[in-house]
Amino acid sequence: MCFEAKRLAKLALGPVLMLLSMVSAGVMAAGEKVNEVNMAPGVTAVGQNIFDLHMTIFWICVIIGLLVFGVMFYSIIYHRKSRGVTPATFHESTKVEIAWTVVPFLILIGMAVPATSTLLEIYDVEDAEMDILITGYQWKWKYEYLSDDGENVSFFSNLRTPQSEIYNSEDKGQHYLLEVDEPLVIPVDTKVRFLVTANDVIHAWWVPELAVKRDAIPGFINETWTLAEEEGIYRGQCAELCGKDHGFMPVVVNVVSQGEYDEWLSGKKAEAAEIKELMAQTFTMDELMERGKAVYDRNCLACHGANGEGGVGTAIAASAIATGDLAGHLDVGINGVAGTAMQAFGGQINDVEMAAVITYQRNAFGNNMGDMVQPIDVFNHKKG
Amino acid sequence: MIRVSDNPAIDTAAKLVVVAIGMFAFVFVVMVPLYDVLCDALGINGKTSDTAYTSVQAGVDESREITIQFVATNNDGMPWEFRPDVTAMKVNPGASNDTIFLARNPLPQDMVAQAIPSVSPSRAAEYFHKTECFCFNQQPLEGGGVAEMPLQFIVDQELPRDIKTITLSYTIFDVTDMVNGAVAAR
Amino acid sequence: MGDHHHGPAKGLSRWLFTTNHKDIGTMYLWFSFAMFIMGGAFAMVIRAELFQPGMQLVDPAFFNQMTTLHGLVMVFGAIMPSFVGLANWMIPMMIGAPDMALPRMNNWSFWILPPAFLLLASSLFMEGGAPAFGWTFYAPLSTTYAPPSVTYFIFSVHVLGLSSIMGSINIIATVMNMRAPGMTYMKMPLFVWTWLITAFLLVAVMPVLAGAVTMMLMDIHFGTSFFSAAGGGDPVLFQHIFWFFGHPEVYIIILPAFGVVSQIIPAFSRKPLFGYDSMVYATASIAFLSFIVWAHHMYTVGMPIAGELFFMYATMLIAVPTGVKVFNWITTMWRGAMTFETPMLFCIGFLVLFTIGGFTGLMLSIAPADFQYHDSYFVVAHFHYVMVAGAVFSMTAAVYYWLPKWCGRMYNETMGKTHFWISFIGFNVTFFPQHFVGLAGMPRRIPDYALQFADFNMMSSIGAFIYGASQILFLYNVIATIVAGKPVSDEKVWDGAEGLEWTVATPAPYHTFETPPTLDAKPAHA
Repeated sequence: MCFEAKRLAKLALGPVLMLLSMVSAGVMAAGEKVNEVNMAPGVTAVGQNIFDLHMTIFWICVIIGLLVFGVMFYSIIYHRKSRGVTPATFHESTKVEIAWTVVPFLILIGMAVPATSTLLEIYDVEDAEMDILITGYQWKWKYEYLSDDGENVSFFSNLRTPQSEIYNSEDKGQHYLLEVDEPLVIPVDTKVRFLVTANDVIHAWWVPELAVKRDAIPGFINETWTLAEEEGIYRGQCAELCGKDHGFMPVVVNVVSQGEYDEWLSGKKAEAAEIKELMAQTFTMDELMERGKAVYDRNCLACHGANGEGGVGTAIAASAIATGDLAGHLDVGINGVAGTAMQAFGGQINDVEMAAVITYQRNAFGNNMGDMVQPIDVFNHKKG
Repeated sequence: MIRVSDNPAIDTAAKLVVVAIGMFAFVFVVMVPLYDVLCDALGINGKTSDTAYTSVQAGVDESREITIQFVATNNDGMPWEFRPDVTAMKVNPGASNDTIFLARNPLPQDMVAQAIPSVSPSRAAEYFHKTECFCFNQQPLEGGGVAEMPLQFIVDQELPRDIKTITLSYTIFDVTDMVNGAVAAR
Repeated sequence: MGDHHHGPAKGLSRWLFTTNHKDIGTMYLWFSFAMFIMGGAFAMVIRAELFQPGMQLVDPAFFNQMTTLHGLVMVFGAIMPSFVGLANWMIPMMIGAPDMALPRMNNWSFWILPPAFLLLASSLFMEGGAPAFGWTFYAPLSTTYAPPSVTYFIFSVHVLGLSSIMGSINIIATVMNMRAPGMTYMKMPLFVWTWLITAFLLVAVMPVLAGAVTMMLMDIHFGTSFFSAAGGGDPVLFQHIFWFFGHPEVYIIILPAFGVVSQIIPAFSRKPLFGYDSMVYATASIAFLSFIVWAHHMYTVGMPIAGELFFMYATMLIAVPTGVKVFNWITTMWRGAMTFETPMLFCIGFLVLFTIGGFTGLMLSIAPADFQYHDSYFVVAHFHYVMVAGAVFSMTAAVYYWLPKWCGRMYNETMGKTHFWISFIGFNVTFFPQHFVGLAGMPRRIPDYALQFADFNMMSSIGAFIYGASQILFLYNVIATIVAGKPVSDEKVWDGAEGLEWTVATPAPYHTFETPPTLDAKPAHA
């Protein structure tokens, strides 16, 4: 029996010891960021405050825990029948009861004070220097830089990890599942206001190191902000279950210097202008097929399969749409199919991409229509 | 105490059944309307009133300018092109302002849309008054049609002074089926 | 079972038509164990897929069905019915009543459960698969974007809600009307008290859940827009209604567990429960607070700051009555004469792990910190510490504690202790590392994860397999006891146990207290 109790004491203490090791292990793992055991203080003042708050409460809990478990294990070791003790008979004490009601209450007040001030800070979205509209889609993010001059820069940010890594036919890269084709770029030391909404279901935009998590709710906008104090690449994920590929819609934020940011932004604007130019161009079949495959892998593959075999979406290989009337095919791509998971891609990808992917679908996976779609066709189709 | 039955157990049970039914009803007759009231009062989700503002503001506050940003979002499956005519404007509290949103239905068939407004910061919602808005009604648009949808608003003079920017977002939903369904049901 | 007039009927009809509280309790307990195994099997699928990064066994859509069904089956199929079963067996015996107040309704409330879960499980084989929107089924993922099986899901939620309401009404009616003469409210064993309060919570909030799913049904099939912005509704309204039900629900799960622990710790400490009155008041305060803290599940939806602060303060307050309970249990042990049979081991395990779950709960109540914790594995770890180590451990303790009384045979103590240690180790290996990955940024409900989380997830999976396997030992031990355990004939199986249930013969006869017992002046709980 005695042996039993010692084992119990040791094993029950296990979690407590593990809890204590949290901090030291966190220091050891810092830098390489593998097997991280603690919250990241991140690169914002709010993040640091949240981290401090988290650690304060953690240590208060550890101390209370040690006291409570200490008393319990003392009792387990010394107040056991096998030691021949006679049980006491006391069963109430108003004084003690009042004490352990009042003391925890005071401790809670002590916690509530810093918690309140940090919360007020988080809610202070005023005086932001720039605004970005974040829209959650099944299963990607759209970023739109709001400007006063009417020319908003906007783009989609998709998971870049290839299916071959996810399905284990290739080795997984360093940033497996936490990499995107186009990251959000923001300048360092700048208060950025995020307006968060969603296109379909509820998502949540979360970047631990920026200390931002906000639900994206269809129909409504939420606001939050960040002020990153260090340049770097910060990674996060969607935090609210949003359907099949909830685990596959990462967030990557690239915090850069103001100069780099300005350069990036003008690059983005130039890119938009370039696309306008491309719209007027006529492409060869090979060019369209090459571009089309890239667009397909990024936007279609998750639902329609790597070989057009279908999945959540219908099969594209030998499908009536992809091997049928061209206008009908364009219509599905541009406007989606109401009541299904097939979204209207007309507003998500540009006309060059649309032309390429439609051409690709009609001439890959054993489909052999031989026809080509040019950007101008897409443009005309949209015009009706 | 009212007694439902002479059998005390059945009496207790009957009363509890009433409580249970009451709680079921509570969801519909209390929680839903109460939530709407709270939304209006506290600006939850940046919701604004869905009826036109008719009061008159006492003069214009020339001492400060508020930046109003306009944002347009299409909900899933809504193919319309939908955007604000201007992305931002500066206004004085108390003054009446006009702007338009542009919409185009790219599909051949007639459609009906409903725009849902949301204001950020949400505590500004109660100070943002719309005297005229396309969001008050469903907006039909024939196939291939274009529309200029008007919005007229006043920012309340009482707007807290620390709020300098207000974002007005519209999310546009396709409600064609909902409308047709209602007609069919009738 | 000498008295043939009152003995059970023979064959299947005994179980189908029984109105005997012990038979119905037994059925509840076996049903909940079957559901526990089913929900556990779903958990094993989840942990097997998460054993390594990458998708290996199931596709993401099926993974979501597993997480959803695991939650629903464990909460509504395993934990809740198991405590109802325990209530059926023990409450009449503890208050000196011959049976439940409404025996026929008791039969119905059990027998509508299995079809409801059969329907829910069968949705796995339906077109579009089973519900895949999480056990919290947030709109619009559960309405506009739900698989067709959502209608069956709604129906089964209605049925099991009805079952819970009927069960609770029965418990309240029994406790209020069937107590033996002299059994005043403040003499009732704590298990009866916690269940009485739980039953009131159930009657109050199960209809709210029914309301929420009814609104979903109307949105899906009848063109209303409660939860859709397009028609003037709001998806966030769903969350408010759901958690108005959902937060009391978690106390519905834990309060009977508190009751069990409050019976067992005094028995093996051979000392009366410390602070009986304050235990009752603490339970009542927790129940009251549970109605005004629901939005702490929604700190990130963008509530106004005033709401955020209110819910934070109210939530923090819960630590006070919960702390009182823990302190009372430990003071009960203090200067007792303890022995450590299996039920006591599970109660000590409960005490340690539930307290850790309470600490993480306190951390989660801090709204600004919750912006980092919310919807991460930290939350998963937290609620498994309170639900598994809280509710399931105490339920297991209850089975070991009362099994000899139920069947007149003693379980194998060595096997019981082995079960405890494997469970305890397996549980901690599973869930403790989940605190780490959660803090490091791993969201919940994802079928695949970044490489930095790989080691802890593998550890977690191994722990889960150990914990899962330990339940087979439990099942074997219980069956072996019933079939061939060493017979016990003492009325008091445990020398320190107090209460009316220990005054009847062992095994407990089919009918007990047909004539009410007479109580001495000593309170039953002392």
